[in-house]
Amino acid sequence: MASLKELRARIGSVKSTKKITSAMKMVAAAKLRRAQLHAEAARPYAAAMRRMLGELAGAMAGQDGAPQLLAGTGNDRVHLLVPITSDRGLAGGFNSNINRTTRLTIRRLQAEGKVVKLLPIGRKGYDYLVREYTDLIVDHVIGVGGKEIPFSAASDLGAKITALLEAGQFDVCTIIYNQFHNVMSQVPTPLQLIPLGLDEAAVKPDPNAAQYEFEPDEQVLLERLLPRNLQVQIYASLLESAAGEQGARMTAMDNATRNAGKAIDRLTQTYNRTRQANITNDLIEIISGAQAV
Amino acid sequence: MPIKVEIISPEKVLVSRDVDMVVMPGEEGDIAAMPEHAPMMLLLRGGTVTLYDGETPTDRYFVGGGFADMTQTRCTILADDAVPVTEISVDTATARLEELTEAWEAADKSDSARLEGLMSKIQSVRAEIDAGAGN
Repeated sequence: MASLKELRARIGSVKSTKKITSAMKMVAAAKLRRAQLHAEAARPYAAAMRRMLGELAGAMAGQDGAPQLLAGTGNDRVHLLVPITSDRGLAGGFNSNINRTTRLTIRRLQAEGKVVKLLPIGRKGYDYLVREYTDLIVDHVIGVGGKEIPFSAASDLGAKITALLEAGQFDVCTIIYNQFHNVMSQVPTPLQLIPLGLDEAAVKPDPNAAQYEFEPDEQVLLERLLPRNLQVQIYASLLESAAGEQGARMTAMDNATRNAGKAIDRLTQTYNRTRQANITNDLIEIISGAQAV
Repeated sequence: MPIKVEIISPEKVLVSRDVDMVVMPGEEGDIAAMPEHAPMMLLLRGGTVTLYDGETPTDRYFVGGGFADMTQTRCTILADDAVPVTEISVDTATARLEELTEAWEAADKSDSARLEGLMSKIQSVRAEIDAGAGN
Protein backbone atom coordinates (compact mmCIF):
# COMPACT_ATOMS: atom_id res chain seq x y z
CA MET A 1 0.00 0.00 0.00
CA ALA A 2 1.18 3.50 -0.86
CA SER A 3 2.58 5.51 2.01
CA LEU A 4 0.78 8.57 3.34
CA LYS A 5 3.37 10.85 1.84
CA GLU A 6 2.92 9.37 -1.64
CA LEU A 7 -0.85 9.67 -1.38
CA ARG A 8 -0.59 13.30 -0.33
CA ALA A 9 1.62 14.04 -3.32
CA ARG A 10 -0.81 12.34 -5.70
CA ILE A 11 -3.80 14.20 -4.31
CA GLY A 12 -1.87 17.44 -4.75
CA SER A 13 -1.04 16.69 -8.36
CA VAL A 14 -4.58 15.66 -9.28
CA LYS A 15 -5.84 18.85 -7.65
CA SER A 16 -3.59 21.03 -9.77
CA THR A 17 -4.60 19.10 -12.90
CA LYS A 18 -8.20 19.79 -12.02
CA LYS A 19 -7.46 23.49 -11.70
CA ILE A 20 -5.91 23.52 -15.15
CA THR A 21 -8.73 21.62 -16.84
CA SER A 22 -11.39 23.77 -15.24
CA ALA A 23 -9.54 26.94 -16.32
CA MET A 24 -9.28 25.56 -19.85
CA LYS A 25 -12.99 24.87 -19.81
CA MET A 26 -13.74 28.48 -18.87
CA VAL A 27 -11.45 29.81 -21.57
CA ALA A 28 -12.99 27.50 -24.16
CA ALA A 29 -16.47 28.63 -23.15
CA ALA A 30 -15.57 32.28 -23.62
CA LYS A 31 -13.88 31.60 -26.96
CA LEU A 32 -16.80 29.48 -28.06
CA ARG A 33 -19.20 32.36 -27.61
CA ARG A 34 -17.03 34.62 -29.72
CA ALA A 35 -16.53 31.98 -32.39
CA GLN A 36 -20.27 31.38 -32.57
CA LEU A 37 -20.97 35.08 -32.98
CA HIS A 38 -18.45 35.21 -35.83
CA ALA A 39 -19.96 32.20 -37.52
CA GLU A 40 -23.43 33.71 -37.28
CA ALA A 41 -22.28 37.11 -38.55
CA ALA A 42 -20.85 35.49 -41.67
CA ARG A 43 -24.08 33.73 -42.60
CA PRO A 44 -26.03 36.56 -44.33
CA TYR A 45 -23.24 37.06 -46.88
CA ALA A 46 -23.17 33.37 -47.72
CA ALA A 47 -26.97 33.28 -48.00
CA ALA A 48 -27.14 36.31 -50.31
CA MET A 49 -24.33 34.85 -52.38
CA ARG A 50 -26.17 31.57 -52.80
CA ARG A 51 -29.29 33.42 -53.92
CA MET A 52 -27.37 35.40 -56.54
CA LEU A 53 -25.57 32.30 -57.79
CA GLY A 54 -28.87 30.49 -58.10
CA GLU A 55 -30.31 33.32 -60.20
CA LEU A 56 -27.23 33.46 -62.37
CA ALA A 57 -26.98 29.73 -62.87
CA GLY A 58 -30.67 29.73 -63.77
CA ALA A 59 -30.12 32.46 -66.35
CA MET A 60 -27.08 30.67 -67.74
CA ALA A 61 -28.70 27.24 -67.89
CA GLY A 62 -28.37 25.63 -71.29
CA GLN A 63 -25.50 27.87 -72.34
CA ASP A 64 -22.08 26.50 -73.09
CA GLY A 65 -18.82 27.61 -71.60
CA ALA A 66 -19.69 27.49 -67.92
CA PRO A 67 -16.52 28.15 -65.88
CA GLN A 68 -14.63 25.20 -64.42
CA LEU A 69 -15.44 26.25 -60.88
CA LEU A 70 -19.13 25.63 -61.57
CA ALA A 71 -19.08 22.75 -64.03
CA GLY A 72 -15.81 21.05 -63.11
CA THR A 73 -13.30 19.72 -65.60
CA GLY A 74 -15.70 17.14 -66.96
CA ASN A 75 -13.67 14.37 -65.34
CA ASP A 76 -14.00 12.59 -62.03
CA ARG A 77 -10.54 11.06 -61.71
CA VAL A 78 -8.41 13.15 -59.37
CA HIS A 79 -9.92 14.12 -56.02
CA LEU A 80 -8.49 16.84 -53.81
CA LEU A 81 -9.45 16.49 -50.15
CA VAL A 82 -9.15 19.44 -47.79
CA PRO A 83 -9.53 18.26 -44.19
CA ILE A 84 -9.84 21.10 -41.67
CA THR A 85 -8.47 20.40 -38.20
CA SER A 86 -7.24 22.60 -35.36
CA ASP A 87 -3.64 23.46 -34.57
CA ARG A 88 -3.97 22.48 -30.93
CA GLY A 89 -5.07 19.28 -29.28
CA LEU A 90 -6.89 18.59 -26.01
CA ALA A 91 -10.24 18.89 -27.71
CA GLY A 92 -11.63 15.38 -27.28
CA GLY A 93 -12.37 13.58 -30.50
CA PHE A 94 -12.51 16.77 -32.55
CA ASN A 95 -9.42 16.17 -34.67
CA SER A 96 -9.38 12.39 -34.64
CA ASN A 97 -12.92 12.32 -36.05
CA ILE A 98 -11.81 14.41 -39.00
CA ASN A 99 -8.70 12.30 -39.46
CA ARG A 100 -10.69 9.09 -39.39
CA THR A 101 -13.25 10.42 -41.87
CA THR A 102 -10.44 11.58 -44.13
CA ARG A 103 -8.71 8.20 -44.01
CA LEU A 104 -11.93 6.33 -44.75
CA THR A 105 -12.66 8.68 -47.66
CA ILE A 106 -9.15 8.18 -49.06
CA ARG A 107 -9.54 4.41 -48.82
CA ARG A 108 -12.95 4.49 -50.49
CA LEU A 109 -11.79 6.72 -53.34
CA GLN A 110 -8.65 4.68 -53.89
CA ALA A 111 -10.69 1.48 -53.95
CA GLU A 112 -12.78 3.07 -56.71
CA GLY A 113 -9.59 3.65 -58.65
CA LYS A 114 -9.46 7.43 -58.17
CA VAL A 115 -6.34 9.43 -57.54
CA VAL A 116 -6.41 11.26 -54.21
CA LYS A 117 -4.49 14.39 -53.29
CA LEU A 118 -4.52 16.11 -49.92
CA LEU A 119 -4.34 19.69 -48.75
CA PRO A 120 -4.63 19.49 -44.97
CA ILE A 121 -5.43 22.63 -42.99
CA GLY A 122 -4.40 22.71 -39.34
CA ARG A 123 -1.42 21.10 -37.65
CA LYS A 124 -3.24 18.12 -36.13
CA GLY A 125 -4.51 16.85 -39.46
CA TYR A 126 -1.21 17.43 -41.21
CA ASP A 127 0.81 15.64 -38.52
CA TYR A 128 -1.50 12.67 -38.73
CA LEU A 129 -1.78 12.41 -42.50
CA VAL A 130 1.88 13.04 -43.22
CA ARG A 131 2.77 9.74 -41.54
CA GLU A 132 0.65 7.56 -43.78
CA TYR A 133 0.13 9.59 -46.93
CA THR A 134 3.25 11.71 -47.38
CA ASP A 135 3.25 11.43 -51.15
CA LEU A 136 -0.43 12.43 -51.48
CA ILE A 137 -0.02 15.80 -49.76
CA VAL A 138 0.32 18.60 -52.30
CA ASP A 139 0.43 21.42 -49.79
CA HIS A 140 -0.61 22.24 -46.26
CA VAL A 141 -1.66 25.28 -44.26
CA ILE A 142 -0.98 25.76 -40.57
CA GLY A 143 -1.90 28.64 -38.31
CA VAL A 144 -5.34 29.50 -39.68
CA GLY A 145 -7.31 28.38 -36.66
CA GLY A 146 -6.11 31.17 -34.39
CA LYS A 147 -8.51 33.13 -32.28
CA GLU A 148 -9.57 35.54 -35.03
CA ILE A 149 -9.95 34.18 -38.54
CA PRO A 150 -9.55 36.96 -41.07
CA PHE A 151 -11.38 36.65 -44.37
CA SER A 152 -8.03 36.94 -46.14
CA ALA A 153 -7.10 33.49 -44.79
CA ALA A 154 -10.04 32.06 -46.71
CA SER A 155 -9.32 34.05 -49.84
CA ASP A 156 -5.68 32.90 -49.85
CA LEU A 157 -6.83 29.32 -49.57
CA GLY A 158 -9.38 29.87 -52.32
CA ALA A 159 -6.69 31.29 -54.57
CA LYS A 160 -4.49 28.28 -53.83
CA ILE A 161 -7.22 25.85 -54.75
CA THR A 162 -8.18 27.79 -57.89
CA ALA A 163 -4.55 27.82 -59.00
CA LEU A 164 -4.35 24.04 -58.56
CA LEU A 165 -7.55 23.64 -60.58
CA GLU A 166 -6.28 25.84 -63.38
CA ALA A 167 -3.05 23.85 -63.44
CA GLY A 168 -5.16 20.75 -64.00
CA GLN A 169 -4.06 19.19 -60.71
CA PHE A 170 -7.47 17.83 -59.75
CA ASP A 171 -11.05 17.35 -60.97
CA VAL A 172 -13.09 17.33 -57.78
CA CYS A 173 -12.42 19.25 -54.57
CA THR A 174 -14.04 18.34 -51.27
CA ILE A 175 -13.61 19.98 -47.89
CA ILE A 176 -13.96 17.83 -44.78
CA TYR A 177 -14.78 19.90 -41.73
CA ASN A 178 -16.50 19.64 -38.38
CA GLN A 179 -20.00 21.01 -38.69
CA PHE A 180 -21.04 22.70 -35.47
CA HIS A 181 -24.34 21.21 -34.30
CA ASN A 182 -24.12 22.17 -30.64
CA VAL A 183 -21.56 22.26 -27.88
CA MET A 184 -21.75 18.50 -27.42
CA SER A 185 -21.68 17.38 -31.03
CA GLN A 186 -19.59 18.32 -34.01
CA VAL A 187 -20.18 16.22 -37.08
CA PRO A 188 -17.41 15.60 -39.63
CA THR A 189 -19.03 16.68 -42.89
CA PRO A 190 -17.74 16.47 -46.45
CA LEU A 191 -18.63 19.51 -48.57
CA GLN A 192 -17.97 19.41 -52.30
CA LEU A 193 -16.62 22.75 -53.52
CA ILE A 194 -15.70 21.96 -57.12
CA PRO A 195 -17.68 21.33 -59.19
CA LEU A 196 -20.20 23.36 -57.31
CA GLY A 197 -23.33 21.35 -56.64
CA LEU A 198 -26.20 23.85 -56.67
CA ASP A 199 -29.37 22.23 -55.50
CA GLU A 200 -32.32 22.17 -57.86
CA ALA A 201 -34.42 24.61 -55.88
CA ALA A 202 -31.70 27.24 -56.01
CA VAL A 203 -31.07 26.90 -59.73
CA LYS A 204 -34.71 27.09 -60.75
CA PRO A 205 -35.94 30.49 -59.62
CA ASP A 206 -39.59 31.30 -59.26
CA PRO A 207 -40.92 31.48 -62.85
CA ASN A 208 -43.29 34.31 -61.88
CA ALA A 209 -40.46 36.53 -60.67
CA ALA A 210 -39.39 39.27 -63.04
CA GLN A 211 -36.42 38.54 -65.24
CA TYR A 212 -33.14 39.84 -63.91
CA GLU A 213 -30.92 42.16 -65.85
CA PHE A 214 -27.20 41.65 -65.55
CA GLU A 215 -24.47 44.19 -65.77
CA PRO A 216 -21.90 43.82 -67.37
CA ASP A 217 -23.28 40.37 -68.37
CA GLU A 218 -23.98 36.92 -66.95
CA GLN A 219 -20.66 35.45 -67.99
CA VAL A 220 -18.53 38.17 -66.39
CA LEU A 221 -20.61 38.23 -63.21
CA LEU A 222 -20.43 34.48 -62.87
CA GLU A 223 -16.68 34.49 -63.39
CA ARG A 224 -16.30 37.00 -60.57
CA LEU A 225 -18.92 35.52 -58.30
CA LEU A 226 -17.65 31.93 -58.36
CA PRO A 227 -14.18 32.50 -56.86
CA ARG A 228 -15.84 34.68 -54.20
CA ASN A 229 -18.31 31.94 -53.48
CA LEU A 230 -15.47 29.45 -53.09
CA GLN A 231 -13.81 31.76 -50.56
CA VAL A 232 -17.05 32.30 -48.70
CA GLN A 233 -17.67 28.56 -48.45
CA ILE A 234 -14.14 28.02 -47.14
CA TYR A 235 -14.54 30.91 -44.72
CA ALA A 236 -17.80 29.49 -43.40
CA SER A 237 -16.24 26.07 -42.88
CA LEU A 238 -13.24 27.59 -41.11
CA LEU A 239 -15.54 29.50 -38.76
CA GLU A 240 -17.72 26.48 -38.06
CA SER A 241 -14.65 24.42 -37.41
CA ALA A 242 -13.27 27.05 -35.04
CA ALA A 243 -16.53 27.13 -33.09
CA GLY A 244 -16.60 23.34 -33.06
CA GLU A 245 -13.06 23.17 -31.74
CA GLN A 246 -13.92 25.34 -28.75
CA GLY A 247 -17.12 23.40 -28.16
CA ALA A 248 -15.29 20.09 -28.26
CA ARG A 249 -12.58 21.40 -25.95
CA MET A 250 -15.15 22.71 -23.51
CA THR A 251 -16.91 19.36 -23.34
CA ALA A 252 -13.63 17.45 -23.06
CA MET A 253 -12.35 19.69 -20.28
CA ASP A 254 -15.66 19.51 -18.46
CA ASN A 255 -15.36 15.71 -18.43
CA ALA A 256 -11.74 15.90 -17.36
CA THR A 257 -12.62 18.22 -14.47
CA ARG A 258 -15.35 15.89 -13.32
CA ASN A 259 -13.07 12.85 -13.51
CA ALA A 260 -10.36 14.68 -11.57
CA GLY A 261 -12.93 15.45 -8.86
CA LYS A 262 -13.82 11.78 -8.62
CA ALA A 263 -10.16 10.76 -8.49
CA ILE A 264 -9.55 13.23 -5.67
CA ASP A 265 -12.47 11.82 -3.66
CA ARG A 266 -11.19 8.29 -4.10
CA LEU A 267 -7.62 9.18 -3.19
CA THR A 268 -8.73 11.18 -0.16
CA GLN A 269 -10.72 8.21 1.09
CA THR A 270 -7.74 5.89 0.70
CA TYR A 271 -5.57 8.47 2.41
CA ASN A 272 -7.89 8.70 5.44
CA ARG A 273 -8.25 4.94 5.73
CA THR A 274 -4.49 4.50 5.63
CA ARG A 275 -4.04 7.20 8.22
CA GLN A 276 -6.56 5.57 10.59
CA ALA A 277 -4.96 2.15 10.11
CA ASN A 278 -1.58 3.66 10.96
CA ILE A 279 -2.94 5.23 14.14
CA THR A 280 -4.60 1.98 15.16
CA ASN A 281 -1.33 0.14 14.59
CA ASP A 282 0.56 2.66 16.68
CA LEU A 283 -1.97 2.37 19.53
CA ILE A 284 -1.81 -1.43 19.49
CA GLU A 285 1.95 -1.27 19.73
CA ILE A 286 1.88 1.19 22.65
CA ILE A 287 -0.76 -0.75 24.59
CA SER A 288 0.87 -4.14 24.09
CA GLY A 289 4.18 -2.57 25.11
CA ALA A 290 2.58 -1.22 28.35
CA GLN A 291 0.95 -4.61 29.11
CA ALA A 292 4.27 -6.40 28.77
CA VAL A 293 5.90 -4.22 31.44
CA MET B 1 -42.39 53.70 -50.40
CA PRO B 2 -38.91 52.96 -49.12
CA ILE B 3 -36.48 50.33 -50.30
CA LYS B 4 -34.70 47.96 -47.95
CA VAL B 5 -30.95 48.21 -48.26
CA GLU B 6 -28.43 45.77 -46.88
CA ILE B 7 -24.68 46.20 -47.04
CA ILE B 8 -23.01 42.92 -46.18
CA SER B 9 -19.31 42.18 -45.95
CA PRO B 10 -18.04 38.62 -45.55
CA GLU B 11 -17.55 39.23 -41.84
CA LYS B 12 -20.81 40.95 -40.94
CA VAL B 13 -23.89 42.92 -41.88
CA LEU B 14 -23.05 46.64 -41.83
CA VAL B 15 -26.39 48.16 -42.68
CA SER B 16 -29.88 46.81 -42.85
CA ARG B 17 -32.58 49.46 -42.99
CA ASP B 18 -35.15 51.25 -45.15
CA VAL B 19 -34.07 54.19 -47.28
CA ASP B 20 -35.51 56.06 -50.25
CA MET B 21 -32.59 55.69 -52.62
CA VAL B 22 -29.17 54.07 -52.80
CA VAL B 23 -26.46 55.27 -55.17
CA MET B 24 -23.69 52.79 -55.77
CA PRO B 25 -20.57 52.57 -57.91
CA GLY B 26 -21.29 50.06 -60.70
CA GLU B 27 -18.41 48.65 -62.69
CA GLU B 28 -19.64 50.58 -65.72
CA GLY B 29 -20.82 53.73 -63.97
CA ASP B 30 -22.77 54.80 -60.92
CA ILE B 31 -26.26 53.51 -60.57
CA ALA B 32 -29.14 54.34 -58.24
CA ALA B 33 -31.51 51.82 -56.73
CA MET B 34 -35.00 53.13 -56.08
CA PRO B 35 -38.26 51.38 -55.29
CA GLU B 36 -39.77 49.60 -58.30
CA HIS B 37 -36.44 49.39 -60.07
CA ALA B 38 -36.29 46.41 -62.45
CA PRO B 39 -34.46 43.42 -60.90
CA MET B 40 -30.81 43.71 -61.65
CA MET B 41 -27.49 42.25 -60.67
CA LEU B 42 -24.33 44.20 -61.12
CA LEU B 43 -20.65 44.22 -60.47
CA LEU B 44 -19.35 47.03 -58.27
CA ARG B 45 -16.03 48.81 -58.47
CA GLY B 46 -14.32 50.39 -55.46
CA GLY B 47 -16.22 53.52 -54.48
CA THR B 48 -18.79 55.09 -52.23
CA VAL B 49 -22.31 53.87 -51.61
CA THR B 50 -24.62 56.70 -50.58
CA LEU B 51 -27.92 56.17 -48.79
CA TYR B 52 -30.64 58.81 -49.27
CA ASP B 53 -33.60 59.57 -47.04
CA GLY B 54 -35.79 61.70 -49.27
CA GLU B 55 -33.46 64.04 -51.13
CA THR B 56 -30.75 64.23 -48.48
CA PRO B 57 -27.79 61.87 -48.36
CA THR B 58 -27.65 60.43 -44.83
CA ASP B 59 -24.95 57.77 -44.78
CA ARG B 60 -21.95 57.05 -46.93
CA TYR B 61 -20.02 53.79 -47.00
CA PHE B 62 -16.89 52.94 -48.89
CA VAL B 63 -16.95 49.52 -50.58
CA GLY B 64 -13.87 47.95 -52.13
CA GLY B 65 -15.70 46.27 -54.99
CA GLY B 66 -18.32 43.55 -54.83
CA PHE B 67 -21.75 42.72 -56.17
CA ALA B 68 -25.22 44.17 -55.88
CA ASP B 69 -28.55 42.46 -56.23
CA MET B 70 -31.60 44.70 -56.57
CA THR B 71 -35.25 43.94 -56.86
CA GLN B 72 -38.31 46.19 -56.66
CA THR B 73 -38.28 46.19 -52.87
CA ARG B 74 -34.74 45.57 -51.75
CA CYS B 75 -31.12 46.17 -52.62
CA THR B 76 -28.45 43.82 -51.31
CA ILE B 77 -24.85 44.90 -51.62
CA LEU B 78 -22.24 42.20 -51.16
CA ALA B 79 -19.08 44.16 -50.54
CA ASP B 80 -15.58 42.66 -50.61
CA ASP B 81 -14.90 44.97 -47.72
CA ALA B 82 -16.82 47.96 -46.45
CA VAL B 83 -16.34 50.83 -43.99
CA PRO B 84 -18.36 53.91 -43.13
CA VAL B 85 -16.73 56.86 -44.89
CA THR B 86 -16.23 58.61 -41.55
CA GLU B 87 -13.97 55.77 -40.39
CA ILE B 88 -11.64 55.74 -43.37
CA SER B 89 -8.04 56.33 -42.41
CA VAL B 90 -6.43 58.28 -45.24
CA ASP B 91 -2.96 57.57 -43.89
CA THR B 92 -3.26 53.78 -43.94
CA ALA B 93 -4.95 53.96 -47.33
CA THR B 94 -2.11 56.09 -48.67
CA ALA B 95 0.42 53.61 -47.30
CA ARG B 96 -1.47 50.81 -49.02
CA LEU B 97 -1.50 52.75 -52.27
CA GLU B 98 2.28 53.11 -52.10
CA GLU B 99 2.68 49.38 -51.50
CA LEU B 100 0.43 48.61 -54.45
CA THR B 101 2.25 51.06 -56.69
CA GLU B 102 5.53 49.38 -55.79
CA ALA B 103 4.02 45.98 -56.52
CA TRP B 104 2.85 47.37 -59.85
CA GLU B 105 6.37 48.58 -60.71
CA ALA B 106 7.86 45.23 -59.74
CA ALA B 107 5.19 43.14 -61.46
CA ASP B 108 5.92 41.13 -64.56
CA LYS B 109 4.49 43.29 -67.35
CA SER B 110 3.54 40.28 -69.46
CA ASP B 111 1.35 38.79 -66.72
CA SER B 112 -1.82 40.60 -67.72
CA ALA B 113 -4.11 38.88 -65.18
CA ARG B 114 -1.93 40.07 -62.31
CA LEU B 115 -1.60 43.56 -63.75
CA GLU B 116 -5.34 43.80 -64.14
CA GLY B 117 -5.87 42.68 -60.55
CA LEU B 118 -3.36 45.22 -59.26
CA MET B 119 -4.87 47.98 -61.38
CA SER B 120 -8.35 47.47 -59.98
CA LYS B 121 -6.92 47.40 -56.45
CA ILE B 122 -5.04 50.64 -57.06
CA GLN B 123 -8.17 52.28 -58.42
CA SER B 124 -10.14 51.07 -55.44
CA VAL B 125 -7.61 52.47 -52.95
CA ARG B 126 -7.53 55.80 -54.83
CA ALA B 127 -11.31 55.95 -54.58
CA GLU B 128 -11.01 55.21 -50.86
CA ILE B 129 -8.54 58.07 -50.36
CA ASP B 130 -10.80 60.43 -52.32
CA ALA B 131 -13.77 59.41 -50.22
CA GLY B 132 -11.83 59.74 -46.97
CA ALA B 133 -10.35 63.12 -47.90
CA GLY B 134 -13.75 64.76 -47.48
CA ASN B 135 -13.87 64.04 -43.75
